[in-house]
This record gives sequence, C-alpha cells and structure tokens, in this order.
Amino acid sequence: MLNLYTRRRIVNAIGLVISMLAMAFGLFWLCWILWTLLEHGLPALAPVVFTQMTPPPGSDGGLLNAIAGSLAMTLVGTLIGTPIGIFAGTYLAEFGQRGWLAPVTRFINDVLLSAPSIVIGLFVYEVYVIRVKHFSGWAGALALSIIVIPIVIRTTENMLRLVPTTLREAAAALGAPQWKIINFVTLRAARAGIITGVMLAIARISGETAPLLFTALNNQFWSSNMDQPMANLPVVIFQFAMSPYEDWQKLAWAGALLITVSVLTLNILARVLFRQSATTH
Amino acid sequence: MPKFLHEASLKRHTILDLLFRNLTRVSAFGVLVLLAAIIGSLVVGSMPAIRAFGFGFLTSSDWDPVNDQFGALIPIFGTLVTSGIALLIAIPVSFGIALFLTELSPRILRRPLGIAIELLAGIPSIIYGMWGLFVFAPLFADHVEPWLNDRIGAMPYLGPFFSGPPMGIGMLTAGIILSIMIIPFIASVMRDVFEVVPTLLKESAYGLGATTWEVMWKVVLPYTRIGVVGGIMLGLGRALGETMAVTFVIGNSHELSKSLLMPGNSIASALANEFTEAYGELYTSALIELGLILFFITFVVLSLARYMLYKLGKREGQAA
Repeated sequence: MLNLYTRRRIVNAIGLVISMLAMAFGLFWLCWILWTLLEHGLPALAPVVFTQMTPPPGSDGGLLNAIAGSLAMTLVGTLIGTPIGIFAGTYLAEFGQRGWLAPVTRFINDVLLSAPSIVIGLFVYEVYVIRVKHFSGWAGALALSIIVIPIVIRTTENMLRLVPTTLREAAAALGAPQWKIINFVTLRAARAGIITGVMLAIARISGETAPLLFTALNNQFWSSNMDQPMANLPVVIFQFAMSPYEDWQKLAWAGALLITVSVLTLNILARVLFRQSATTH
Repeated sequence: MPKFLHEASLKRHTILDLLFRNLTRVSAFGVLVLLAAIIGSLVVGSMPAIRAFGFGFLTSSDWDPVNDQFGALIPIFGTLVTSGIALLIAIPVSFGIALFLTELSPRILRRPLGIAIELLAGIPSIIYGMWGLFVFAPLFADHVEPWLNDRIGAMPYLGPFFSGPPMGIGMLTAGIILSIMIIPFIASVMRDVFEVVPTLLKESAYGLGATTWEVMWKVVLPYTRIGVVGGIMLGLGRALGETMAVTFVIGNSHELSKSLLMPGNSIASALANEFTEAYGELYTSALIELGLILFFITFVVLSLARYMLYKLGKREGQAA
C-alpha cells in the first residue's frame, strides 16, 4: 500500500516538474527571440532608419518608405475590414438567433480566422492584381483587410454577447427602435472590447508578410501612390534578410525590432485597455 | 397633428430598422461570398495545371520549370512532415503549460505568464524566420545536428532520418521553429477548456485523495478530451499554412529526402519563393494548384477543430 502511495507521489512530482519545465521552455524561447532582436536590432537602429529610403546594396539608407508604406496599407486595410467585421459580427450576435445564415457564417468565419494568409495573397493576386496587371498598394491593403474581417467579426460577436439582455430590454421598453438599441446601447456598451479586437487585428496585419508578397510587392523608392507597387516593412525585411549584403541584413534587423516592438506593444495595450474597461463595468 | 408625426417617425424607424438589419446581414453573407470567391479563384487559376497533370500532380515528385513538369509530392510531404514534427513537440509542452497555468501557478503570476505565452503568438512569423536563420540554425548545426548524427544516425531504423550533413537548415529545424509558433495557440485553447471543468468535479477527485497529476490526467483530460483535440487541430492548421518562418529555414529544395536534416520544401514556402518569379502559364498555375491543395487541407483540419470545440461548448451549455 505504501508502495503504491509512494509511486503515486513520485509520478505526481515528476508530472508537476515537467509541467514547470514546459512553462520555462515556452518563456525561454520568448526571451531568446526578444534578446536576439535587441542585440541585433538596437545597434542598427540609427536615426537614418527613419529619414532615408531603402538603399541599394553597399550604400547607406533607411526604411522610411517601407515604414510609410506599411502604415498606409495597414491603415487602409483596417479601414476597409473593420466596418464589415463589425456589421457582420453584429448580425451574428443580434439577429442571428434564427435561420441558417448565422451558424454557417460563424463556422466559416472561425475557419477563415486561421486560414493560411499566403492563400489570401494568392486570392487577391487572382482577382485583383491580374485584372489591373500590376502589383499595387491597394492590392496589399485589400489582402490585409481580408485578414482583419474575421478577427473583428469574432471579437464583435463575443463582446456583444457579453452585453446583458436587460440593457436591450430596457432600451426597447423606452420605445427605442432596434437600430438605435444596437448602435447607441449595445455597441456602445461593447465598445472597449471591440476596440481591443481591432487593435489585435492591427497587430496581426502589421507583421503579415505572406499576403503582401504577391500583392504590394516592394518598391525601392518613396511612393505615395497606392496604385503602384509599395514598399512595406515585412517584405523589405524578408528581402534584406535573405540577401548576402551585410548592410541590408543590418537594416532588416532594425526593421524586425521595429515591427516586433510595435506589434507587442499593441498586443499589451489592447489587453490592458480591455482589462481596465472590464473592471470599471 | 402630433399623431401624424408619431406615425411618420414610426415608419421612418421601421425603414431604418430594415436597412440596418439588411446591412448587417449582407456583411455576414459577405463572409460566405469571400470563402466561395477564394475557392473559386484558386480553382480557376489552377485549371491549366489540373488539365495538364490531373491527379498525377499529387503523386509526382517532378518539379522542373524548364520542361514544364510539375508535381506536388515534395511540398506536400514537406508540409506534412514539418507540421508533424511541430505537433510532436508542441502537444506535450502545451499540455504542461496549460497544466501549469490552470493548476500550479500562483494566482498573481497566472495573468502575466498567460500573456507572456500569448505574446509568443503575437511575434510575427517573419521574425521567427530571421531568428531561425541567423541564430537558431547555426547553433543547431554546430551543437545539435552532429550529436544527432553520431548518436541516432548510426542506429538501425531511426538512423536514416537523422543522418546527413549538419547544415542547420532543413525540415527538422523548420519543424522545431513551427512548434514554438504553435505552442501558444494549443496551450491557450487547452487552458481555456481546462478552465471549464466544473470545480466540483476536480474537488471531488482531490477529496478522494487524488494527486494533482491524477486529477489532470484522469478527470480533467477525459472531461475535456474533445476540446483538447480541437485545440491540437487548430495548432495543426496554423502549422500547415505557416509561411515565412518555414521559408527562411527549410532550405527550399525540390528534393525528396528521407533525412530530416536535409533541406526540403513546403507548400507555403514554395509559393512564397517562386510565385512572383514564375514564368509561363503552367508554372503559375501549378503554384496556384499548390495553394488550392494547402487551402483544402487546412480547411478540413480547421473545420474538424472547430467542430470539436463547438461540441465541447455545446455540452457545456447543456450541463450548465
């Protein structure tokens, strides 16, 4: 009996130690990757990175056009994707009790949420780039917006479902029509959560490389014309990191540090913001 | 007079209601249209390749742009093998992390540690790729691969999988980096489903004298099995479609090799590397067909994952 008891305790101890090791294993990679980024990225992060264009190999330069292009495409992608996502999410949460559309949409949306982003790039290439016959910033923004939509739909629906039904009933009892209830009561009550979702979506697309490869491509020069191929940080990082030139690789590290810091900051901000609003409610 | 005003405003609101409802409905319907458009455009784009190679595309290991001979076997193989390696590593580690976060961690640390693991999912995949190529692969080539060669490379059966020149890049490296990338996804689903286990159930087991490990293994895990499998499938879906990280470290060679240390190719990295440089209709079309195959595989895997998670959710709903 004692034997069994000891054995169970030993198995338990081993299991728990392994569990702690697994946790340490996960954190270890996070720290290692962040450390690498700081180690290579910080020395490369000179002021010229923000003031000059991407250089040809062997000369000095920065990432200004890539940063601007990334910001522009992320902004447009978010602006296209967010309203569609919020409307569709609203349908799922507020009108989707009956019929087949809501459950099917919910399911497809959850699948699209983790669909491979490179296929989305391929899709935009097929339906847009081929038609207009050139790569462009618009195509990149379109690909990014397709990634934004499922994320925003999911969070909007989840957040609207957290709004108590009594709130809707109270508004209805005051005689408010449904569009007013949703726009001025429930969506407003769920605002913080929805903003969190949008921020997470922005964080996600600002690091996406694969869908931009076949859509925005790249541009070595300053371009404010969204109808032209457009430089963007992820693709520049990809191209520069894979190149044999040392100064290109250095710029790639600087860009990598920039992207990671902004993505992780957005991630943490979104969580803090949501938590604050959750505690004040 | 006031009565008319009231009726007019009622009518206006009815119309606005109708407009708003249909606006949201059209948006929701848009998601379905999007899916149909993605599948449709990929099918149309891959038609020339489908016509030229038929089902032989799936089983042929040719990849010869010069002679217009294409087959998907090598990228499909590479995708499945790297994802398989990733799952082998990620499943036990994610279980450990989820166990730690739900049962062992001090309450104050739970949230920060959970966020830290989720941040691992937030790091863009291109960063994993760069880090893998410049930092991980050289270390792996210098310290781990020679060891694998010496110890396992000489063994019967297992040997051929672990022999070959220690180059650092290859399918094993890609698999390991993929595993790091999917651990946060699997771990957070596992943590979420572990948290739905009724406290009463766990406390009953503890009350009978079960150890923490036994509660996890014999109560929590059986109760949440379907959700756990769903989470694993979700991670698998991610791993299959992951592009940039794999592109950096897999080596991008169209060679079929038994050894995991040798470079290979995956569907996503073949697309990322070759698509913009593909010349000729058949080459482009073959690459698009690869994309179609990838979308099909991930679609099936992710649908299964969602189905399982819904099922767990439904059971929860009925129990409550």
